[in-house]
Amino acid sequence: MGVNPAMRSLLSAAAAMGVGLVVLALGLTLSGYDAIAALSAMAAGAFGSPDAIFSAVLPRAIPLILIGLGIGLAFRGGALNIGAEGQFYAGAIAATWVGLVVGGWTIGWGATWARLVTVPLVLLAAVIAGALWAAVPVILKLRFGVLEVISTLLLNFVGEALVSWMVQGPLQESKHIYPQSDLLPVAARLPQWPGTRLHLGLVLALLLAIALWAFGRWTLAGFALRATGANPVAAAVVGRINTRRVFGLALLGSGALAGLAGGAEVSGTTFALFQNLSPGYGFTGIAVALLAQLNPLATIGTGLLFAALEAGASAMQRDAGVPAIAVYVVEATIIIVVLLAEANRRRVALRAAGGEA
Amino acid sequence: MPSLLTLRNISKQYGSVVALRDVNFDLGAGEIHALLGENGAGKSTLMNVAFGLVRPDSGSIVIDGHQQQLRSPVEARRAGIGMVHQHFTSIPAFSVWENVALTAGWSISRPRVAEERVRALAQRIGFDLDPRSRAGDLSAGLKQRLEVLKAIAADARILLLDEPSSALSPADAEQFLSQLRSFKTMGIASVLITHKFSEALGIADTVTVLRRGEVVHNGPISTTNATELARHILGEVPPDRLRLAAAVPGDVRVRVESLTVLRQGSSGPGLRTATMLARAGEVVGIAAVEGNGQRELLRAIAGMAEAKSGRIDVATPVVLIPEDRTSEALIGDFSLAENLVLSQGGAAPWVRGPWIRWRQAHDRTAQLIESFGVRAAGSEMPARGLSGGNQQRMVIAAALERRPAVLVAENPTRGLDFKATAEIHDRLRAAAGAGVAVIVHLADLDELMSVADRIVVLAAGIATEMPTGASRDAIGRQMLTGGG
Repeated sequence: MGVNPAMRSLLSAAAAMGVGLVVLALGLTLSGYDAIAALSAMAAGAFGSPDAIFSAVLPRAIPLILIGLGIGLAFRGGALNIGAEGQFYAGAIAATWVGLVVGGWTIGWGATWARLVTVPLVLLAAVIAGALWAAVPVILKLRFGVLEVISTLLLNFVGEALVSWMVQGPLQESKHIYPQSDLLPVAARLPQWPGTRLHLGLVLALLLAIALWAFGRWTLAGFALRATGANPVAAAVVGRINTRRVFGLALLGSGALAGLAGGAEVSGTTFALFQNLSPGYGFTGIAVALLAQLNPLATIGTGLLFAALEAGASAMQRDAGVPAIAVYVVEATIIIVVLLAEANRRRVALRAAGGEA
Repeated sequence: MPSLLTLRNISKQYGSVVALRDVNFDLGAGEIHALLGENGAGKSTLMNVAFGLVRPDSGSIVIDGHQQQLRSPVEARRAGIGMVHQHFTSIPAFSVWENVALTAGWSISRPRVAEERVRALAQRIGFDLDPRSRAGDLSAGLKQRLEVLKAIAADARILLLDEPSSALSPADAEQFLSQLRSFKTMGIASVLITHKFSEALGIADTVTVLRRGEVVHNGPISTTNATELARHILGEVPPDRLRLAAAVPGDVRVRVESLTVLRQGSSGPGLRTATMLARAGEVVGIAAVEGNGQRELLRAIAGMAEAKSGRIDVATPVVLIPEDRTSEALIGDFSLAENLVLSQGGAAPWVRGPWIRWRQAHDRTAQLIESFGVRAAGSEMPARGLSGGNQQRMVIAAALERRPAVLVAENPTRGLDFKATAEIHDRLRAAAGAGVAVIVHLADLDELMSVADRIVVLAAGIATEMPTGASRDAIGRQMLTGGG
């Protein structure tokens, strides 16, 4: 009651993670692994050292938070965007291309000026590309009634295929040997915290989370978004809201955020485009948003949580020989537990409201 | 009469709210037992106890002389109890016989046999249901009958009917209730939950009245009358309502000429031709049986349906009170303040540029809760948590808050109890008294006649204005036969 919604979703996520880890431990023991060793390797990989935190967890959290914010934006407006993976790739391609081209023009401008011009253009290109990638499902839905769940999902495969063609074609590195792009020039790279892989994208993600939270809570447009998602008929009839417009803008904004995640990943972490750039960020982002109950502030926390789990999983594979894929058991268990808790909370709330119709 | 179902000393509490206190209820074999009470009096909770949906905190259930523990609807069905809910519980894509077979647990390995069985059963109880029709294609009246047929096919000897006539036209409701009577010869007893005295007085043998979770009256129907029942339900004699002096009708606010509007989601005309006026300060009643074009007319006036041909001029702002409270008029998960903000849009005093000042919206909501007598815990409460009557009070408060020139209300008293209904009537009259042009459709003709200054009948999509002083019979005839 007194606990605010962001806090409540984080607490329930933390409890759910406990359950998830117990399930993982049981599974590991049953399959003959040393569960204690595996879990301690995981913990060490997630927050055992400054290096784990600043170079493994936080950099991974950046795309997850950005995508989670985007998914939350779409879902709150009633648009089921399953296509963040494709939008991420669209953003990554655009960022790579603009970074290489504009980075080339700005050679000789002096490091600071070059970067001040190039990096914003790189990120802007990523945002636009992500929004354009999402514009296809918007048009299909509004003109022809095609369900966005299907169109966004299918465009993921197109996005992956496009990257694969890009890195063997137009954007392939200059020697034409490896299926990846050239490294971005320094001017096109987001500044990193010295000695770590943590980049400025984190600040961007945090600011956007706060902005989106304020948007939903305090603005009329954000209210229209929530109303459209909660009950599009009432929003249109009583609220006289153009729900088609809200739906379209929510999906475009969602694509823009996923595109930004792709741009920030290339410009801040990998400095190059290649296949499998995303280890499924677009899908994990859905879990991040749902676990945060679509609350932008809680999305920061759940994004960090999943980043820690996945960073821990890599360490677990390296140090304890447990396949990293086992961490999906934890992620899935967390989601199931949270959904069950939410369903139960609703039932209790309904009961408390009385049995009478 | 031997007792078929006995609920003894049933109590149920939700949190601090007592839903049922020490309730005793007896249903005799072959009896029709009317269960009356206001919304929230505990009628549905009591029936949910009898159907195994709600476990009572204390008390016992005796069926045919045997004490039973009903832990689920499945067990209730096994004990011979069938429930007919207000909402449709069949599978729309399945045929009638498939739905019956599914509920009754019949084998469907031989479709012909099952189909014939359903046909024979429908004939025996006098229902005009084709076993092969798709359930989703049935009319509201036939859907209701399918629900009853399913219960009887599952060998129910006790039928619990939750406001079965609420979705039916007056003529159809009458027919349905007389069919219910004929079940008595088959040894089937019925409990009829209803708001309407006339139904109870017309077909029931016995009546039980609940008020605030307690039985306040029980006895044969023959020894009581409408006035007495109203007193039991409300706990006091309802005051004669003051009919506010109708203001002299003022300027024309709505002018509709030869209007045609297509039915939503189909190509056929819903409204074929309508010509009418509404002036400031009057209540114009639209009388029509469900599906005769009233929805299209009202939505077109409210600017929410496009005219196919004809002219329509409406003063602004025009505000619609949609028929379906929970799906169109309110967002159940939103608080009352959020619902008020939704209804008032961008011109509200709490909107400054792109920002919403929630404090101000909450303050205004609290004032409206107070002045409209909404029983709510506060402006933070989700709309879902209110009873139907209180939801409608909030909806009307929000509608009037927009200072409408024209107020369009679609059946605003649907499902409301006596007291809330009377209050809604008063609000509509008061709005007209304050100079609003009010256009209202009510499913109940008596209600409509008591509220409206003038009545326009819609039959088969054709509008006819009734002359002043037209009798109830004349209006009813026009509703059924009019239009040509």
